[in-house]
Amino acid sequence: MPISYFLVLSAVLFGLGVVAFVFKRNIITIFMSIELMLNAVNLAFVAFARAHNQLEGQIFVFFVIVVAAAEAAVGLAIVILIARHRGTLNVERVDTLKH
Amino acid sequence: MSAEMAVFLVLAAVAVAGAVSLILQRHPIHSALSLIAVMVSIAGMYLLLGAPFMAAVQIIVYAGAVMVLFVFVIMLLNAGQEERTNLSRMAHYIGVPLGVVFLAEVALWIARGSTQFTVQPSAASSTRGLAELLFKDYVFPFELTSFLILIAILGAIVLARREES
Repeated sequence: MPISYFLVLSAVLFGLGVVAFVFKRNIITIFMSIELMLNAVNLAFVAFARAHNQLEGQIFVFFVIVVAAAEAAVGLAIVILIARHRGTLNVERVDTLKH
Repeated sequence: MSAEMAVFLVLAAVAVAGAVSLILQRHPIHSALSLIAVMVSIAGMYLLLGAPFMAAVQIIVYAGAVMVLFVFVIMLLNAGQEERTNLSRMAHYIGVPLGVVFLAEVALWIARGSTQFTVQPSAASSTRGLAELLFKDYVFPFELTSFLILIAILGAIVLARREES
C-alpha cells in the first residue's frame, strides 16, 4: 500500500482544518480546528515512520499528543476566562485591541 | 482491491466526512462529535500503519481526555448556535481560495516527490521498540513533558480561578 495515500489524506484533513480555522466564528470550534490540523500532521508522521521503518516518528507523535493535551487544558481555561469577562464566544466580539 | 485498501478507504471516508461536518455544523457540540469521529478513524489508520500503541494513545488521550474536556467546556459555557456576521461572509472569500491553494500545493508536492515509498508489509510489534526508545534515548524529553504538564495544570487552575474581590 503506497504511503502517498496516507499523505494525501493527511493533507486533505490539514486543508479542511485550515478552512475551518478561517471560517468558524465560535472560539471553541476554532480551537477544535487546531486539534484537527495537529491530528493530520500526526498521521503524516506515523506514515513516514512506517515507510522508513523507524520509530522516531511515533516518538514525535507521542510528544505532539502530550503538548496538545497541555495546550487544550490551558487554552480552554483562557476560553472560560474570555466567556466570563466578555459574555460571548464569538471571536469578532473580542476586539479590545482594535479600539 | 485488498482488504487493507478497503479498510483504508472506509476510514478515510469517515475522516473526511467528519472534517467537512466540523465545518458545516453550526452548533459547537455537533462539531465536537464530528471531530471525535475523525480522531477515531485516525486511530484506525495508526493500526493500519502498524502502530498499535499510538492508536491506543490516540483513543485514550485525544478522543477520551481532550475531547471530553472540550465537550465539558461547551456545556459549562452553554455555547449556542454560531452567529453569522458580515465578516464571516468575507472569510468565505479568503478561506476558500486559501484552502484550495494549500491543497493544490501539497498535492503537487506529493505527486512530484514521495511516490516511491511504500508501506512495508512486515508488521513487527513496535510497542517494545517504542518503549526502549522512549525510556533510553528520549528519557530527558519524556521527563520534560511531565514538567510541561505540571505547568499546564498550574496555568489552567490560575487562569480559570474565580477572583475574590
